[in-house]
Amino acid sequence: MTELKDKDQQAIIQLKDLSIFYGDNQAVNKINLDFYKNKVTAIIGPSGCGKSTVLRSINRMNDFIDILHTKGEVVYENQNILDKNLDPTRLRRDIGMVFQRPNPFPKSIYNNIIWGPKINGFLKNPDELVEKSLRRAALWDEVKDRLHDSALGLSGGQQQRLCIARTVAMNPSVILMDEPCSALDPKATIRIENLIDELKDDYTILIVTHNMQQAARVSDYTAFLYEGELVEFGETDGLFTNPVEKQTEDYITGRFG
Amino acid sequence: MTTDRLKIYDYSIALVLLAITLISVSVTIVIMGILGIESYNFFQLVPVTDFLFGTQWEPFLEPKSFGVLPLITGTLIIVIGSSIIAIPSGIVIAAYLNEYASKKTRKIIKPLLEILAGIPTVVYGYFALTFITPLIRNFLPDTQVFNGLSGAIVVGIMILPMISSLCDDAFSSLPSSLKQGGYALGAMPFEVVSQVIIPAAKNRIGASVILAMSRAIGETMAVTLAAGATAKLTLNPLESIQTMTAFIVQVSLGDTQQGGAAYLTCFSVAGLLFLITFLLNIVGHKLMTQSKHGGF
Repeated sequence: MTELKDKDQQAIIQLKDLSIFYGDNQAVNKINLDFYKNKVTAIIGPSGCGKSTVLRSINRMNDFIDILHTKGEVVYENQNILDKNLDPTRLRRDIGMVFQRPNPFPKSIYNNIIWGPKINGFLKNPDELVEKSLRRAALWDEVKDRLHDSALGLSGGQQQRLCIARTVAMNPSVILMDEPCSALDPKATIRIENLIDELKDDYTILIVTHNMQQAARVSDYTAFLYEGELVEFGETDGLFTNPVEKQTEDYITGRFG
Repeated sequence: MTTDRLKIYDYSIALVLLAITLISVSVTIVIMGILGIESYNFFQLVPVTDFLFGTQWEPFLEPKSFGVLPLITGTLIIVIGSSIIAIPSGIVIAAYLNEYASKKTRKIIKPLLEILAGIPTVVYGYFALTFITPLIRNFLPDTQVFNGLSGAIVVGIMILPMISSLCDDAFSSLPSSLKQGGYALGAMPFEVVSQVIIPAAKNRIGASVILAMSRAIGETMAVTLAAGATAKLTLNPLESIQTMTAFIVQVSLGDTQQGGAAYLTCFSVAGLLFLITFLLNIVGHKLMTQSKHGGF
């Protein structure tokens, strides 16, 4: 645990005075936050606290919302990725995303995996990539005999692991997860949580969740957001057992939210 | 007492509504009945095989012949030609409106397309005759005044809004997470449209295409004006042709004597036309509902 306390942890993504507005409505207010390399950071908070909005600014997914604009910086590899001149498609190769509901393409399992690398022009050994990615997402054994069947025939939990495999196939450095288990049953949820634990060796993971037990189980660090403000950030163990802020304590003990 | 009266009141309202519904349904049934009976009478005079497989359509002049194939090829030229024009451009327009156009552009373009759908078909026919045909003849001087190409182009323009708006609906009904899944893997809009959105909506695209084709087959006024009234077994779009619908117009307007095979052709051709569009509509609706239940 002492190594986690190390302040020299390398921050891979830094939010600097990040504010996000929907039209005139401010959803996120001047957040400063570092996400550490090869760690799992959970962003928790009640519905509408801006946690998904923050997550989606990191791979510029918010670009699709016309009325949304941002202030401040999101720094990744020494650049402000919110810079309008930066090509978001390039950024998204590096920062992958797993969505709330499994969203495999209506293609075969095999083609779901190779699609990203193919369109981005770095697909070399498709068979190898498919096996490696599916193994990484703990899905290989279940689907190895039906790689060319439609991905839509898989169960919800399998589809979500396929979406993780699809993201892993891009070899990103960061994976954003937006409530990845909210549409899954408890058994499928456990599998995804175990997977997150294995994936952090190779990737930095940011996970938004409304499920505090989940945050406590999977993450190394936790950020608690409330009404667009960062209330508290710290090591998960510390934040859950000994929160500094009263609001954090009220939330994690279930007094509101 | 009062509840009884209310019940009677309610019941009579239901009866009135049922009667109104039955009137419109009965019209359909009467039409089908007339087509059926008169076609039956026609086939007492002309063998079905002569009608379906004959290559000569000459119902008015001796020696009479009743092979419907020339009318079918005439219709085919219009349907295939208009589909070649309208299907790709309809899908492209829908893709543009969905994935590229800003909300503002969309607000301008969509109503304009809908106006295109509201123009009377006779205006389209006139437009074909006085604008499209001279244009074609500029490039291909051998083209006849009445020709299938001009008809096909104008019908293509007519069915374009139908395809684009049905495809637009199909694209917007897809879950937005599907598109975002594409973008999250570093895709460009074109890759998302062509490799995620269109494949995911393929059933509904198919349905819209089939419904539009059935509209093209049934289209009458524009093709009568543009494509001519010469029933000829040909696939050359530069010649004058006659579609099934245009033939029905010819019989209905002309002084064909009631009774007799020549008069009854009107019904046999109409029956065949009805059957084709009916089948296409069934397939179209089936595709549409299938995709609604199939998740996407």
